[in-house]
This record gives sequence, C-alpha cells and structure tokens, in this order.
Amino acid sequence: MRVALFVPCYVDQLYPRVGMATLDLLEQLGCEVEFPEAQTCCGQPMLNSGCDTDAAPLAERFLEIFTGYDAIVAPSGSCVSMVKNHYEHIVHGDSRHETIRTKIFELCEFLVDVLKVDSLPGNFPYVVGLHSSCHGLRELRLASDSERNTSEFNKPRQLLQMIDGITLADLKRKDECCGFGGTFAVSEEAVSCTMGRDRIADHLQAGTQVLTAGDMSCLMHLAGLIQRDKHPIRVMHIAEILAGYEVPQ
Amino acid sequence: MSSKDHILKSVRNQLVPSVDLPSMQQEWIQYADPVAHFGDVLAAVGGTAVVVEGLDGLAESLAELPVYVDAKKTVSCIDGLMGNIDLDRIDDPHALEDVDFALLPGEFAVAENAAVWVTDAAIRHRVVLFIPQHVGLVLHCPGGQVDDVIVNNLAEAYQKLSWQANQFGCFVSGPSKTADIEQSLVIGAHGARSLHVFFVL
Amino acid sequence: MSTSTKFDHPTNANRFNQDQARTHWHDSALWFIREKRDRMSKSLPEWETLRSCASQIKAHTVSKLADYLEEFEKNARARGAIVHWAKDAEEHNQIVLDILKKHEAERIVKSKSMLTEECHLNPFLEKNGIEVVDTDLGERIVQLRQEGPSHIVMPAIHLKKEDVSETFHQHLNTEAGNNDPCYLTESARQHLRDKFMQADVGITGVNFALADTGGIVVCTNEGNADLGVSLPNVHIACMGIEKLIPSADHLSIFLRLLARSATGQPITTYSSHFHGPREGGELHIILVDNGRSNLMNSDDYRNALKCIRCGACMNTCPVYRRSGGHSYAATVPGPIGSILNPLRDAKHHKSLPFACTLCGSCTDVCPVQINLHEQLLTLRTEVKNQKQLPVSKTMPMRIASWVFQRPKLYAWLGGIGKFFLRNLPRFMIYNGMNPWGKNREMPEAPSESFRQQYAKRAKKNQSK
Repeated sequence: MRVALFVPCYVDQLYPRVGMATLDLLEQLGCEVEFPEAQTCCGQPMLNSGCDTDAAPLAERFLEIFTGYDAIVAPSGSCVSMVKNHYEHIVHGDSRHETIRTKIFELCEFLVDVLKVDSLPGNFPYVVGLHSSCHGLRELRLASDSERNTSEFNKPRQLLQMIDGITLADLKRKDECCGFGGTFAVSEEAVSCTMGRDRIADHLQAGTQVLTAGDMSCLMHLAGLIQRDKHPIRVMHIAEILAGYEVPQ
Repeated sequence: MSSKDHILKSVRNQLVPSVDLPSMQQEWIQYADPVAHFGDVLAAVGGTAVVVEGLDGLAESLAELPVYVDAKKTVSCIDGLMGNIDLDRIDDPHALEDVDFALLPGEFAVAENAAVWVTDAAIRHRVVLFIPQHVGLVLHCPGGQVDDVIVNNLAEAYQKLSWQANQFGCFVSGPSKTADIEQSLVIGAHGARSLHVFFVL
Repeated sequence: MSTSTKFDHPTNANRFNQDQARTHWHDSALWFIREKRDRMSKSLPEWETLRSCASQIKAHTVSKLADYLEEFEKNARARGAIVHWAKDAEEHNQIVLDILKKHEAERIVKSKSMLTEECHLNPFLEKNGIEVVDTDLGERIVQLRQEGPSHIVMPAIHLKKEDVSETFHQHLNTEAGNNDPCYLTESARQHLRDKFMQADVGITGVNFALADTGGIVVCTNEGNADLGVSLPNVHIACMGIEKLIPSADHLSIFLRLLARSATGQPITTYSSHFHGPREGGELHIILVDNGRSNLMNSDDYRNALKCIRCGACMNTCPVYRRSGGHSYAATVPGPIGSILNPLRDAKHHKSLPFACTLCGSCTDVCPVQINLHEQLLTLRTEVKNQKQLPVSKTMPMRIASWVFQRPKLYAWLGGIGKFFLRNLPRFMIYNGMNPWGKNREMPEAPSESFRQQYAKRAKKNQSK
C-alpha cells in the first residue's frame, strides 16, 4: 500500500521525532511510505481564526499534493479532521476532496481500521496517561466519548494495551479538553492554562508517568505547563510509544 | 400590516428544506417491575410510594404519616375520606393559602420518571396541587392490579392522554425542590414539602 | 469599564480566573451536574434515538413553521386563550404592559423565562411603575443583587451560599452569617409566598407549545410557575416562535430529554399542560419573533432554533465552567449563547465564537443535536466577513498562509525560528509580548526539522 505521510507543520518543525516515529511505525508494519515534500500546512489555524480565504489556497495545495495515494496518514487527529470534515467549507465540492476525505486517516485509526493491527512488539513499563484529543475523539470518533450513550471503544487505548508492561492511568475526567484550542491558547490564555492545569492535576492523581495523546498540539501546551510547574511527568506522542521509542530524558 | 402577518410573511419567506417527522413507534424502555421502578425513582426524587388495600388501607397508611396526622387544615378530593375544608365552598383560591395537607386523585403513574398525571377535573382549584404544605396523590387501581395504573415510559403516557375535556394537567414527580443555592438540594421550594403516592387496590 | 472591555470575553474570563479557588469551585459545581446528566442519559438505552427524534421534530417544525403557528393560534383560541403576535422585544413588552394596564395590575410574579430576559421586560415594567418579582429562587437571588442570570437553568450558579446569605440578610432580613441552604431557601419560600398571594398577574415562559391542541407546557422544579398563575386571574405566557412542536404526542420525546439534560433529573417536578384559561380567568399567549425568523434561512445557523434551553452545553463547556456565565456579557451565555448573540449583534459579541476550543463536547451533549461547535467555527468566518476581526488577528494569518504556500521559504524560516528559540536569551522569549510563555514553557527547538531528517535518511538509503 502506497501511503503518503502527512506531517503537520508544527510537528515538522518542532517535533521531528514524532514524524520519524510515525514513519518507522508504518514501515515496520509493511507500508510503502512517502513524504511529499511540497506539503506545509493544512490551513487549520487560518480557518479556526475565521480567515477562510487564507485557508483556501492551502487546502487547494493539499488536495493537489495528496491526490493519488492509497492512503494519507498523519499523527494528528486535528489536522486529519480539518481535511476530512472542514475542507468542504473552503473547497466547495472539489471532487478531489470527495476522494481524499475517504483516504485520509489519523495514525491510530489507520492502524486499527485499515492495517488491522492486533499486536505490537516492545515493552513499556510505565503508567501511561492517555489524553483524548478532542478532534480525534469527537470529530473522527477514535473512541466513544462520555457524552453520548454508545457502546464503548477506544482505538488509541486498544493499541497501547498491545504493548507489554504498559499500565494505563485511570482518570477522573476521561475525555475533557486540555485547553489548547489553537489560537485559543494565546487569545484566552487564562482559561487555556486553567484547563491545562486541571488536566495535569487529573493525571497526577492517577499516577501518570508518561502523558501521551494523538495530537502533539495538546501535548505541547500540556508539556509547557508541566515544565513550568516542574511536575514529574514525561510527555510522548502516541506514535513514539507505539514505535517502541525510549522515554526522552 | 399586522404583526401576525409580518411574522408569518417573514417565516414563509425563508427557504427551509423539508424534513419528515420521525416515527414515534420505537423500542422505548420497558421495566420488569414498573411499580418497583416507580418507587425507586420517586424515592430518589424525594417522594414516597406505597401500595395499600382499599380505603381502609389508605386511612391506615395516612394515620402513620406525621404530616397528615399533624395537619390542621386538610383538603380531600378522594371519595370516602374527608378533609376539613370543602373546596366547593371556596370561591377564591387565595383562601387555600394555609392548607397543610391535600389528598388528591392522580390518573396514572409513569415508571420511568416517577411522574403522576394529575388534572384539575376533580380538584376545582388547581392551586390546591401546589399551595399545600404536603400533598398525597391517590391512584385507584380498579381491577385490583397496580399494573393497570402505571405505564413504562412517557411515550406510553402520552398515548393515554386526550386533550378534549382537560384544561389543565400536570405530571408531578416528587415534592417541590430547588438546588439554586450552591447545588444543595433543598426539598420544599415553593410547592409541597413532601409528596406521597398511594396505589389503592 | 469601557464598552469594548465589557463585551470582551478574554478580559472577563481573565478576571474570573484571578480567583483560582473560585474558578475551580465553579467548574466542579457544573461538572457535578454534567456527571448527573451522564448517569441519567445512560439510564435510557434509547437516548441517542431520543436525540435524533427530537432533532428531526424540531427541523420538521421549522420547515413548516408558518403553518404550525397558524394551527396553534386557531387551536389556542378555540380553547379560550388570547393570542398576541410580537415582531420584536419592544412590541412584546408593550403587549405585556397593555394587558397589565387593562387589569390595573401593579404587582406581578414571573417565573423563569429566558425570552423575557432577552426582551429586558423587567426594567421596562419597572419603569412603568410595576413591581416585578422573579419567583424562581435563583432568579430571585440575582434580581435582589441587581445582576443578570449567569446560567439559563441555574441563574445563580456563580454564587456561593455565603453570597446568597449576605444578599438575603440585606434584603429579606435573614440572620447574618447563616449560610445554611435549607434556612435560606425557607426564608425565600416565606418571602415569596407573600408575593404570590399579592400578585395581580402571573407571567411565565413556555417550554413547548403544541400546534395540534393549542396547549402550552411549562416545566419547573419549584412549582413557582404554577403558584404564580393559579392564584391571580390573569396568566401571560411569553414564548419565542421556535417553541412550537407539531403535536402533544411529541412531548414525550422532549420531556424525556429536557430535565435529564438540564439537571440530571428524570423529569422536572412539575410539567404543567395549559389548555386555555382556568374558569373565570384569562390566558394570554404572546408569540415573539425578535430575530428568530432571520435564522431560518441559513443552512449554517438554522439548527440553533432547535434549542430547548436545557443548559447542558453550558454545563459541559470547559470554557464556560472556567469563565462563568457573566464573562459572556449576554442574556444567554455558553456555547448556544456564543452563537445566538453574535448573529444578533456581531460587533458587541465578536469575541464569543472564539471563546471556545472547538472541543465538540457541546455538540455531543446537546439533546436536540445542534452542531454547536461547527456553528461556532463557521461564525468565526462570519465575524471576519463583517470586518469585526482586528488586523492584529487577520494579518498573521495572511502572512502565515503566504509563507505556507512557499515550501522552501517555510523550511528556511522554520530553521531560523528554531535557531532563535534555541539561542535567544530567556528574557527575549518570555516577556509581555508572548502570552504563551506567561504560564508555559516554549517547546525545545530541535536542530533539524522532520523534513531535513527525512531527506537525510532518504539519501542514506539511496547510497546503501
């Protein structure tokens, strides 16, 4: 299967290890992975700021660059949801979008639903706290959420549980938002930080040693607070854990 | 143009895609023991429910109820049990201000949410459902079966209701309550401080 | 306080967050209700069916609203009700005043009605010499404090019992320092009993109006609406035109959802069905548009008309819980308020669609399936189109978009950015210009981007 790797711009620039982990993991699982180098940003920051006309050329580029692959995979639920669910507002019935929205996957859903992964090697003897990033949860339905009355499932959790030695932390609020929210993190700095600190407090009471999520943006915000407040929690993207990477020191 | 015409014109001017109504015939919840469920839910919302044998059983049960025994002014709309205020002699509902206990007929009960359907058909002043300090609701079970006066859920309840004769009807579920001060549940906000449901066989 | 500050959510929210203990208390109080709601919704296997039925019924009603309004009027009249139509808030208030004047009413009791809040009925009537007493406990508390409600279902959720005690001590002469909710509620009961007994007219809102029977339904836990309208001879019921549903049969869907969503109760204590006035009395029903019909045309926002005002979106919203209802500076706060208010007045409420992380919890909690967070996203573009976004917000996006369209420039700038992040002294990164860094560390910049590492690896693989 010819898979295009979609690496969100901020992951490309600030978290190359997450991109490499995604690449390694997909190759380990037998995919032929290509990183189209012309890619930059999907346009989500612009659309979320109300600047649809600034997002439109980026969406146009995205469709151009990513058309023709069997699958497009990204280590981010948020960026995938942007392409899958929100492009229609800015590309208005572009037929390439109709195709791409069925071929783009967040990493965990790709592993579970397409590759049907049922075992993963490695040993990760830590208490892992899984943060359910909102767009993955409620826009891509990577897991059942606490609001709806549906049967329970959780694809990221299912994958983590395949790894030996892992203990998953038991949170009081299993799927509350971390408060990142893109530009919200800056424009509503006070609420954003209160929300983030509340999530971290929940992980501290649950004994989380390694905090993980499917979106590096949530983790960037939470890691910023953890570091400032000097909490004994390490932060890793779920791709790093699934690819068997070491906990960063 | 009148405001009515103005609003209707404005509403009709909008292009709204048509949508069909959903079927109301769905698999709504059923309870193995609706009466038991009713009692549990009613207890959870601060009320009590008992099943009694006939009017004698009702009188006995009332005699064990301190708020009934201590009541100075009582109203009863239940044949065979007298209160000391005759509703028919009251013209102004304000005169019912200091009623302590009212015993009123309910038509049927809903297991799902411990609601009892009460209308003003037999109570003359509808305020008598709200103004007394304590209220008892009596559900007569004609065939001697509680199941006859209880439905599983609200969907079934509305199928029983007709809107021809009734001017006022109310689902009552437990005593009056509020949680407006720091989410502390306080029973007895403006209406009844306690609510007792009697299934009379 | 300047007007721009008053309406600016971040400023108000920042002020709220200064008291972190109180912010946490507020968050916990609402989360407690959200959890009760979760348990209640999970007690019914058909919960999601109920939501989709409710959504469909509302969508259907809006698609034939004019017909249903006419049917309702005809049936309500046949039952003896007097039906009035009001284009806007001003006309609504005047209709109420005219009825009151006709009956020489001086004192009225009102049960909670978001519509009359929206129309600012109280100040209008007070200006005309009429005493208006809000009888819902929470509403009475905020009325005595001369505040607006901070929540549509729990108007005083922002207050602690100590605050209520102080207010009651001042206005109702209760014991100073007695903070017991039972004592305070009992005091309000006694105080309001007098008001009920003295009232000339009772005003209520309407939760649902039934086209096929001409009836209206009012739901309360306290029984205040019923006491308020069953003592005086005149009942005025004020409703937005979107409160209509086709048939009484559909009520089961909504009553099963409403209280469970709002407070986690199986149903409100009293769900009163009024079909015409009581013997010798008058029932007035005022149908109010006040901008509602304008929403019907829009595929993006029509859904907002489905709202049954349960407040569940507020209870679940992580931003609302940590910024308080008053931070929205609007009658209806929270997610649904952040849609309704800017649609009415984008200039004043332009910050509200951005007071949201787009987490989507409101959409999934909504009993009538309003796609709240999607509408909030769409509204942001609307705010921009109405030229209400400052250049300080639009310009960075324009520049970023321009850069992202040029991958080589982007890669080069990314390298420079990371270099500065690694090498600049701390004070140049963490200062007043950088809100991110006020409470958070910046990420540690790597020496190479992913694309650089990928290119290197590709080269290495080739040479193998």
